[in-house]
Amino acid sequence: MTAEEILHILQQKFGDAIVGSKLDIMQPWIQVAPNATKDICAFLCDDPSLNFDSLMCLSGVDCNNGTFGVVYHLASTVLKHKIVLKVIVPKENLHVQSVSAVWGTANWHEREAFDMFGIIFDEHPDLRRILLPDDWEGHPLRKDYKVQEFYHGIKVSS
Amino acid sequence: MKTVFQQSPTLPTDYTVAPGKITTTTGKTIRTEEMIINMGPQHPSTHGVLRLEIVVDGEIILDCIPHIGYLHRCFEKQAEHMTNYQQVIPYADRMDYCSAITNEWGYVLAVERMLKIEVPERVEYIRVIMAELQRIASHLIAVGTYAIDSGAYTPFLYCFIDREKILDLFEMTCGARLLYNYFWIGGLSHDLPPQFIEKAKEFCKYFRPRIKMVNDLFTYNEIFVKRTANVGVLPKDVAINYAVSGPQLRGSGVNWDLRRDDPYSVYHKFEWEPQVGKGEIGTVGDCWNRHIVRMREMEQSVNIIEQALAGLPSGDVQSAIPKRIRPEKDAEIYVRTESPRGELGYYIISDGSTSPFRVKARGPAFVNLSVLPEIVRGAMIADLILIAGSIDIVLGEVDR
Repeated sequence: MTAEEILHILQQKFGDAIVGSKLDIMQPWIQVAPNATKDICAFLCDDPSLNFDSLMCLSGVDCNNGTFGVVYHLASTVLKHKIVLKVIVPKENLHVQSVSAVWGTANWHEREAFDMFGIIFDEHPDLRRILLPDDWEGHPLRKDYKVQEFYHGIKVSS
Repeated sequence: MKTVFQQSPTLPTDYTVAPGKITTTTGKTIRTEEMIINMGPQHPSTHGVLRLEIVVDGEIILDCIPHIGYLHRCFEKQAEHMTNYQQVIPYADRMDYCSAITNEWGYVLAVERMLKIEVPERVEYIRVIMAELQRIASHLIAVGTYAIDSGAYTPFLYCFIDREKILDLFEMTCGARLLYNYFWIGGLSHDLPPQFIEKAKEFCKYFRPRIKMVNDLFTYNEIFVKRTANVGVLPKDVAINYAVSGPQLRGSGVNWDLRRDDPYSVYHKFEWEPQVGKGEIGTVGDCWNRHIVRMREMEQSVNIIEQALAGLPSGDVQSAIPKRIRPEKDAEIYVRTESPRGELGYYIISDGSTSPFRVKARGPAFVNLSVLPEIVRGAMIADLILIAGSIDIVLGEVDR
């Protein structure tokens, strides 16, 4: 199924929750509203004509303009089509719905995005830091990140 | 090989276990208590610095919580702070240090697709040869260390002898044995040395019987089969839901290989078959089937290498290397390749400058490890070593 058809189906089903899209590029993406993410993902996963059973990758992005993004790269192992979903949230309100109930793999990816960007995934079963120590300060992949000077008395920054 | 061995069940059959109690066949209930055990981060069979927090009841695992990050080296942050795209390649090498070539390949392929660079055919052939040699080397580590996990030491030594021979080929080509920086964006750092083709052909001829030898010595060894068959079964639907990939996915009976299903490079020109766990011993999706997939993949890799060596075209390996690497503003791409561990994806965003705005590496071992708690619940502690070993994790890539 092409990106246009997927977009059309989503617009019919979810209307205003489909915020934007860009289809004339190599890997077309569809932007969705943060408060409808889980429903849209569950629909994409369960609908037999779409059947996006595999979440290839979930990435946090600091857009460096006061907003943060979460990018979902979806694929279907059966129908072999792909689509990219994007959610953009403002820095003041970094809340995105968790999709770990839809795809189990999202659990660790979301923990990583939380760890690196501080994006909070609502209803995540176990939202802890994953790569950094629990008491680390700040979220390193933010563009305005300043590394802490000391960590438990060990000098971190030079 | 027919099923000649009695299948060993994961749980003992003469009593049932529920959290907090054991009921024997005579109906007697014994009270038990939960206990938390730490395995790692310094443990010989965690294949690196992995800590597993295990909740056990007697010998039965009730839950398992992996703690990772001990080897986190900020790959993604480093990549953003480079002054150009080319400089990221040595860092990509260091993610999965057992298969550095395939790490490089994923990254350079992503940048090449962003820049729409057509790579000369000779480069593609050499890349395939190198990646498949690397796949064999990586699987040899997986198989060898898995032998140690299951209590056999000899296969490990045989595997490492053969791996050394592959590393010699790499050393001959680019001077490095482990971390190569060999693939460049648009080309390669060196052409093949004159004696390489002959030596590689020699290796292929030598290696085929060695696979059979390791199989006879280890794969069909009764002790090994008893330890791995029917242990740690990962069902197909769980595997797909957790986006598990590589030999672990194929061991669960899913015929999925990115070299064929999301094609890149020149793999379509060669005759080879993705290998799938068929369950001739044990169940599809168990540790033994994951292991046999790796053994058979090595054979397929030898097939590919032989064909690529025979058809290697001539040409300049550096003709397509761009003078300046600067993708369009806001261009972004996610490219996935089949590394020995599975789907290695790079998500790169460009801001129009000479260095990437964001690089996300989706490591196969990271994702494959995340399914571990699902498959060890209800298994014995001793089996946890074998289940974790069968995933074939490299912590350098899990933690990045």
